[in-house]
Amino acid sequence: MKKLNAPLSREDALSLRAGEHILLSGTVYTARDAAHLRMLELLREGKALPVELEGQVIYYAGPTPTPEGKPVGSIGPTTSVRMDAMTPALLAQGLRGMIGKGGRSPEVVEAMKAHGAVYFAAVGGAAALMASCVTALEVICWEDLGPESVKKLTLKELPLVVAIDAQGNDAFRLGQAEYLEGIRNSEFGIRN
Amino acid sequence: MMREINASLITETIARLCVEANRNLPGDVCAVLHRSAQEEPFAPARDILELLVKNEGIARESCMPICQDTGMAVVFAEVGQEVHIAGDFEAAVHEGVRRGYVDGLLRKSVVADPLRRVNTKDNTPAILHTRLVPGDRITLTVAPKGFGSENMSRLAMLTPAAGVQGVKDFVLETVRLAGANPCPPMVLGIGIGGDFEQVAELAKRALMVPLDESNPDPFYAELEQALLSAVNETGIGPQGLGGKTTCLGLHILQKPTHIAGLPVAVNVSCHVTRHATETL
Repeated sequence: MKKLNAPLSREDALSLRAGEHILLSGTVYTARDAAHLRMLELLREGKALPVELEGQVIYYAGPTPTPEGKPVGSIGPTTSVRMDAMTPALLAQGLRGMIGKGGRSPEVVEAMKAHGAVYFAAVGGAAALMASCVTALEVICWEDLGPESVKKLTLKELPLVVAIDAQGNDAFRLGQAEYLEGIRNSEFGIRN
Repeated sequence: MMREINASLITETIARLCVEANRNLPGDVCAVLHRSAQEEPFAPARDILELLVKNEGIARESCMPICQDTGMAVVFAEVGQEVHIAGDFEAAVHEGVRRGYVDGLLRKSVVADPLRRVNTKDNTPAILHTRLVPGDRITLTVAPKGFGSENMSRLAMLTPAAGVQGVKDFVLETVRLAGANPCPPMVLGIGIGGDFEQVAELAKRALMVPLDESNPDPFYAELEQALLSAVNETGIGPQGLGGKTTCLGLHILQKPTHIAGLPVAVNVSCHVTRHATETL
């Protein structure tokens, strides 16, 4: 399985193909609905974002509170589509990758192609398992948002699927088509 | 002679159930999840189901929430007519949720107002459904509901002429619109009949029927089977990345309705279909 380190270079992003399973290590930032609204407000006002986005990966996640003696609580992905309207503006700032679950809008895919960015799907609901892939957590800003504050995470081999690659290929469409094609051709033998 | 139950016992019980439900997947859901990981024919889908099986084990053994979305606390209370509750029943339930979520390190996912959106910071209020029943016991069920799947739920007021086919089409359309968003494999609760608000509650209650049971009415049991097969032929698969296992199980609850109507509600849930029950 391919191993990658965040932040990602443009070349890293361009090398990935939809459907590929990868392990991601390095640094990523959490941001979800409320943090996205605040980032867009800062951009509208011409102010700097709390994190320089060039090459960075945003994880759409709001973890449970951190238990004593552990780096993080349960931390799985939230539904990405809620961030779609706010995503092209961040991609224009150099955002290289996003981690979430579910599909994205055509506008996000076009912006990903234009800026050379990639969208990863994490396994929704596998939040205790994913907590075991986070070695450190630091709140960067907007602590008043509670679970929605922006946090810096250090990852060790978080299992992800390349859901939409920088060429715009979509693993949801491709995977479902491949499975249905396999069923039609009876490729799966007695398991069916 | 009334049996007296102190409100503080209700608070303690609700708090404990909130934590328990969020850490331990019910046995029936667990069994179907494990079986689906073995039976899934599509290799990439099997890999994902194996991660979910592994996650369930880690959550249980390390006392962590299965999912970071520890939900809104939906509470079903069946209160015996011969019980006298000493104290404020509803306040006791909300206080139980507050303690469960704060002390149990569960995520606070509730905002006080739907448009002004300020977090209540203790996951209150609960959504409380209370029924009066015969007897002198109180049965409390806490079913935390995450919104990744809740957001994909739908309700329709079909015409009587739409019939069985109309119901099937609506369920399938709901599943297709949900796609990868509700973290498939899903569990579906389907309400049919009643009126506008009753059908939604039926759908929610249908999520708590054990997955290894089917509707006691053979007509509806057959419809459940037909719907499950149809949903698992969509190819959506685990996480929407393709495969057979789109739905782990579904149940229908039906009620009498009006001559002019055919209400249908589909409450979409994920593999983390949680609920914990205790009788006092």
